[in-house]
Amino acid sequence: MDSSVFFGVSTIAYFLAMISYISFLAFRKTQIGIIATTITIAGFASQTAAIALRWIEFKDVGQMGWLRAAPLTNLYESLVFFVWCVILAYLIIEFRYRNRSFGAFITPIAGLALAYIDLSGMSKDIQPLVPALQSNWLLAHVLMSFIAYAAFAISFSTGLMYLMVRTEKKSEPIYIFWTVMLSVFIILLSGMGFDYIKFKIAVSGHEELIQNYLFKATFRSSSTATMIVSWLGAGAIVFVIWQFGSHMKKVITGFGITHDILDDITYKSIAIGFPVFTLGGLIFGAIWADQAWGKYWTWDPKETWSLITWFFYAFYLHSRLLRGWRGKKVAVVAVLGFLAVIFTYLGVNLLLSGLHSYGGQ
Amino acid sequence: NFMTTETEKNSFERIIDKVWDLFASIKFAVIIFAVISLTSIVGTILEQNAEPEKNIQILSKIFGESTAPSLYIILDKLHFTSMYNSWWFILLLLLFAANLIICSIDRLPRILRLVRESIRPVSLERLNKLSIRKTTSIAGKGHQSKEQIISALQKIGFSPSEHADSSGIQLYAEKGNVTRLGVYITHFSVLVILAGSIIGIYFGFNAYLPLNEGETSSVAYQGGSPIPLGFEIRCDNFEVDFYGSSDRPKDFKSWLTVMKDGKEVIRKSIEVNDPLTYNGITFYQSSYGSSPDTTRGIFVFRVYATDGKSIEINPRIGDTFTIPGTSITGEIVRFNPALSIDASGRPFQYSQQMTNPAVYIEFKEKEKKKYSGWLLKRYPQTWDLPDGNRVEFLEYWGVQYTGLQVRKDPGVFLVYLGCLIMVAGLYITFFMSHRKVWIQLLPGRNNTDIVIGALANKNRASFERKIEKLLHILTADHKGRA
Ligand code: HEM
Repeated sequence: MDSSVFFGVSTIAYFLAMISYISFLAFRKTQIGIIATTITIAGFASQTAAIALRWIEFKDVGQMGWLRAAPLTNLYESLVFFVWCVILAYLIIEFRYRNRSFGAFITPIAGLALAYIDLSGMSKDIQPLVPALQSNWLLAHVLMSFIAYAAFAISFSTGLMYLMVRTEKKSEPIYIFWTVMLSVFIILLSGMGFDYIKFKIAVSGHEELIQNYLFKATFRSSSTATMIVSWLGAGAIVFVIWQFGSHMKKVITGFGITHDILDDITYKSIAIGFPVFTLGGLIFGAIWADQAWGKYWTWDPKETWSLITWFFYAFYLHSRLLRGWRGKKVAVVAVLGFLAVIFTYLGVNLLLSGLHSYGGQ
Repeated sequence: NFMTTETEKNSFERIIDKVWDLFASIKFAVIIFAVISLTSIVGTILEQNAEPEKNIQILSKIFGESTAPSLYIILDKLHFTSMYNSWWFILLLLLFAANLIICSIDRLPRILRLVRESIRPVSLERLNKLSIRKTTSIAGKGHQSKEQIISALQKIGFSPSEHADSSGIQLYAEKGNVTRLGVYITHFSVLVILAGSIIGIYFGFNAYLPLNEGETSSVAYQGGSPIPLGFEIRCDNFEVDFYGSSDRPKDFKSWLTVMKDGKEVIRKSIEVNDPLTYNGITFYQSSYGSSPDTTRGIFVFRVYATDGKSIEINPRIGDTFTIPGTSITGEIVRFNPALSIDASGRPFQYSQQMTNPAVYIEFKEKEKKKYSGWLLKRYPQTWDLPDGNRVEFLEYWGVQYTGLQVRKDPGVFLVYLGCLIMVAGLYITFFMSHRKVWIQLLPGRNNTDIVIGALANKNRASFERKIEKLLHILTADHKGRA
């Protein structure tokens, strides 16, 4: 069987899991929870099979050794791996903390990400590598970066939940902060969803995909009307979340998730993500650049953004040690840190290379 | 009298103290993290070391045509257009280093005391208040149960000391005092990396050298000016491998020879990700291209006659050769580095690179034209001539150049050492901890009640599991005996 079948199965499974987790939140029946967990595990197993199959396909096409053929060569393959790590981390948390409520937050992200990957045609197009990319250091670099990103994604969600639980008034700056962050996140995901529905494209390079298609169905649409409607829609999402955000607090606390647990998970994820990112994201990346180009550090925008991300998390680790910062302020830093991660991955390609190219659209 | 009090200190000393406290504070560190991040963001928006027009264009995309030029002037004055080697960015890094050094000097004595200080017995009252606390009871009394607990502790890696007083015997042990230094190891590694990169900037160079096949050079070029290497380097050959029949390069390789005082020292083929190092100078395969001077080229053909005999020949453009054992001659008329055929059947060159090298040869027999056509290096089926002879197009040598990145970086060793130290430091910081355990033995009538108290400065949950394992060992022993 072809890997895309398994990808399809896991995408559907994550969406079903999302529905089950949400009904579990609503009805609080243990059986529903067990069903939700089972579906998630099934989706995870299917995704594992898909990645393995794709690895084999890639090895045959590229005529390369096993290691070199790891399916981590472009944005979409790495996103698949990222989703896989997030689900794995989630399952570990579910078993360690014996709490299923996070599932309702994690599975929709996984499902949407996979659906988006599917549309971009990654499962159809296998490209052989140009020489500079044939490096085990690069492989280790990408692999570990995404493990770290998965850890950071977890800290982002628990950081946001922490803020939901710890804020009271709608006028509080931190309440506004988290509602806006959550909205931005939802807006980004739905924007990608619209791209998916509209284009159904299969493009080879991810640069090309990001620059020519990302948000072209909405915010960057060529039709002014669509663009205005999209921005209005985005505004509406922000307003609704701001207006009704305080209900999230009841949902979360209703499940016995205390702010201490949330703070603990946020810190622990970063305590895992930070060293992994240091080694994989920065050091292995530098070694690869050194071997390929003769410079371990060049201050190109992508590298610099990785460093900025690293500084954000160093900021987080140290601000925890400051009096008066523990709690809400550090949670804000954790949330911002993940925005830096997203920017490193998408923004650098979308915004900066658009800026840096002559002419442009 | 060195016992000065606050009031006796003069204002100079007070300022020094203030500065010291500032540099020793985490608040300052957090501010520096923020400043470096935020200024770096500006540095990624502007293109570094680019022509002014480029950055003005970038700025006008964001802020509009009218403000861009004046904004550019301001940002340029502030060195944001080449910020990573500007004086203020270096100053920021130095402040950062000073912050780290002073902060460590400030805290290290206390931490070292914590590391050296060994564990002492505690009162039962205090033991009961520890964050990890377990109780159980085992069969046996006195010496026997003590030995049992000691061996259980040893199984989980602790070697206990013993203290006895009126309330009974207390066993206590600790592990990983040194792990408290993890943070300082991490901080030290940052300094090592900074030092390495500064050494690299001041004592190294980063240059480029385009080298034609067959050419020798004793210099490399940094921004146009030659830098002597101290030896000579020659490119013997250069080749590109493609994926199947596509023009997507799979691999490109240069065969290099290093010569010192006229003698060959090393021969090595390099490719992307596999450089050559000699005398602290490293040559990286970075690019390639076709040399504009086509008169340099030498073909390598292997010519087969119908009887299977073959010879290798090395003609140039315009030369004529003879197929052995016949009177057929071939004249090499032209060369095309990237031959393609358009819709009307006319040949044309589709790329500047040597992606599909082809040679046009006219064959004659006794001054009479026999046949002519293109022979393609990548397509052996074009090598067979209509009369059964064969000309294998093996190589066209001397017309490509290899682009070498030439680097000397005496600091890179320190940078990598720093990276290793940082990984070790982070591992110790996040995944190890200082763990202490106290076990109070309370003798009963024919059994012993025990109270376990334990502390870990980090990763409490995993230590708690260890302690549960200890309990498990104790109670399992107990069952075994009953
Ligand atoms: C890029 C540079 C730096 C890195 C990678 C770094 C890394 C770390 C890490 C991983 C920790 C442990 C945090 C935790 O356990 O949650 C830590 C703690 C700490 N850092 Fe840094 N740090 C850096 C710069 C600085 C600077 C400039 C200062 C200057 C004040 C500083 C002061 C401290 C202090 C005081 C602690 C707490 C030490 C303790 O718990 O005993 N750090 N640092």
